Amino acid sequence: MLKQCEGSHAVAEAVAMCRPEVICAYPISPQTHIVEGIGEMVKSGELKNCEFINVESEFAAMSVAIGASAGGARSYTATASQGLLFMVEAVYNASGLGLPIVMTVANRAIGAPINIWNDHSDSLSQRDCGWIQLFAETNQEALDLHIQAFKLAEELSLPVMVCMDGFILTHAYERVDMPTQEQVDAYLPPYEPRQVLDPAEPVSIGAMVGPEAFMEVRYLAHAKQMQALERIPQLAEEFKVCFGRDSGGLTHTYMTDDAETIIIAMGSVLGTIKDTVDVMREAGHKIGVLGITSYRPFPLAAVREALKNCKRFVVLEKSLAVGIGGIVATDVRMAVTGMGLKGYTVVAGLGGRAITMKSLTAMLEKAGRDELDLVTFLDLDWKVVNKQLAREKEVRRSGPAAEAMLRDIGAVAARNY
Amino acid sequence: MSELQTVSFYQTGTFTVGNRLLKQEERSVQANMQRTNSLNSGHRACQGCGEALGARYAIDAAMNASNRQLIAANATGCLEVFSTPYPETSWQIPWIHSLFGNAAAVATGLAAAMKVKGKSDVRVVAQGGDGGTTDIGFGCLSGMFERNDDVLYICYDNEAYMNTGVQRSSATPGAARTATTMPVGERPGNSFGQGKFLPAIAMAHEIPYVATATVADLRDLEAKVVRAMSFRGARYIHILVPCPLGWGSASNDTIRLARLAKETGLFPVFEAEYGEIKSALAIRRPLPVEDYLRPQKRFAHLFGKNLAVDTIARIQAKADKNIRKYGLLAKEAV
Repeated sequence: MLKQCEGSHAVAEAVAMCRPEVICAYPISPQTHIVEGIGEMVKSGELKNCEFINVESEFAAMSVAIGASAGGARSYTATASQGLLFMVEAVYNASGLGLPIVMTVANRAIGAPINIWNDHSDSLSQRDCGWIQLFAETNQEALDLHIQAFKLAEELSLPVMVCMDGFILTHAYERVDMPTQEQVDAYLPPYEPRQVLDPAEPVSIGAMVGPEAFMEVRYLAHAKQMQALERIPQLAEEFKVCFGRDSGGLTHTYMTDDAETIIIAMGSVLGTIKDTVDVMREAGHKIGVLGITSYRPFPLAAVREALKNCKRFVVLEKSLAVGIGGIVATDVRMAVTGMGLKGYTVVAGLGGRAITMKSLTAMLEKAGRDELDLVTFLDLDWKVVNKQLAREKEVRRSGPAAEAMLRDIGAVAARNY
Repeated sequence: MSELQTVSFYQTGTFTVGNRLLKQEERSVQANMQRTNSLNSGHRACQGCGEALGARYAIDAAMNASNRQLIAANATGCLEVFSTPYPETSWQIPWIHSLFGNAAAVATGLAAAMKVKGKSDVRVVAQGGDGGTTDIGFGCLSGMFERNDDVLYICYDNEAYMNTGVQRSSATPGAARTATTMPVGERPGNSFGQGKFLPAIAMAHEIPYVATATVADLRDLEAKVVRAMSFRGARYIHILVPCPLGWGSASNDTIRLARLAKETGLFPVFEAEYGEIKSALAIRRPLPVEDYLRPQKRFAHLFGKNLAVDTIARIQAKADKNIRKYGLLAKEAV
């Protein structure tokens, strides 16, 4: 059924249709509307047979989900930014124990400086935590990925993060095609745990593992992600059969066949990029787009295949590997090893900085002439940065940097680049 | 302490010893041939480990009270490490270890799962040491308490981080030597005026049941676990478990030291319901704290060339305060 609703609301409804049994809720922007929505459905009786628990921290949220999942219940939570970092120890534990928890990450920057707006620093900081990470491009895809996520998680007994851009998606009112409960039930079977704490069949879970087996247990986590690499496209196919639309999969390509330049990105910025490419194509630029949906496992073969005919690629990412440049770009470079392609990293949109068609066009034109720096910070205000660097050189006690830079900029509304 | 220990045998009704004199239904769970051995033999605890003893009695009692429908969540720590050096496990019950600081929250999740799965007959216990309970797990524990989640949390308190090599916790008493409160300088050992008594904090949450116990009065410990299991909602039992390694005590003194902790008044043994104290285990003949402190190497610096009179008096004052506050003096005592 088509409806116009907030992204968070769409996700809340989709999660509810997946018949979760335990929901752990802790508020953090921009995720909060999702758990609020589900909480209301539990309270009103619309979502039955579900325990909604208001926990005291994100660390507790993930820990309660761990207990619930080990007790055989389908478990869900949502978080963002500092919240994800606060629960990190439990995040690794959930994947290490092989518990198929599904969690929405409403992607948001990490402080300091504190910033509530969107980038991908939070979930990408959990690159190696053993969770599957799927990135939604639109609210429709966010909704659909949650349904696929429960199926994927439970089949492999691995937790899955569904990542959606904070505010840009979570708070955007868009048209979505809401599936029916019957469709979801037909696609997603009830949770049959691989391991469960049951007095009828006592097991110990979470024992200490020494050097004699630790490597093997860790390899198994890798092997499961490799299985996910095969299963994710199949689940997208099965989803299409049930729901009649393309959603999910490892990657999405757009006009890549004859492209000389391919721009690679994750999440909602792909919409702006495609619009930019449409315009630039009319002007004769042979540009294509590769969207990465499955960040973990990383689809090395699919990326390689998509880039096989191009001359150069640009990875535009809303994240920064401080001290080297790109996080996603590093993975892409690994995928194209030996292909002889020119590759550029563009760090953009940190902390909610708008990524505009104008900036993208200028950047892509420069890339087309191979004049782009290896690592570019899109729309960086060099004046402000250089002033602060100079200040720190001159004065020992230059004070807190962020506050000084804000003072230099002065009070501004949203800037128009 | 090598000299022969004198043990007084009290009469029935004291929950002390004399199981044979009790009625069948009042007899100890451990004395029953059908006990579950939930924490089975073969684990790797030190000789004289108070925690192993306490856990054995507590979990078997909980198993008995739940008709053997029990799941345990365990914090990281000695109990977790010595019981599950895989491929060996001593647990005969479904058992999960997740992290150091989240046992209470994992138990909350388990209880929610049992409820939603229609298995409300399956009961959930969480357990951890004093570090996992009073320090790193305190947030999750307080959350579990205030939500009144259907979990019995058992803290085995040996008053320091023993698993990592005897470091101070917020349950370490004043003057005690630990690896991070060494007996050097002007004020040797742990500082006074710090630390927390978690049973009182648990009571402040007004949860259905809070109790303290020691491994000296095992029948009392069992009775409290049984009582705790008769409630739904959040329950907390704090058990003092001497640690020969960390306390520097003889392994055959574990029960004796637990008894002295109670008989001096340093560790008040009581139970409370909905935030109000209901009863306390009486001290028959209050003993000076010195009797408790002397056998422990962690307090050896108080008994060197110069007797640390002031420090001992300070510890005695703490015991006297407990006796007043919790009304620990038995009526017949002089």
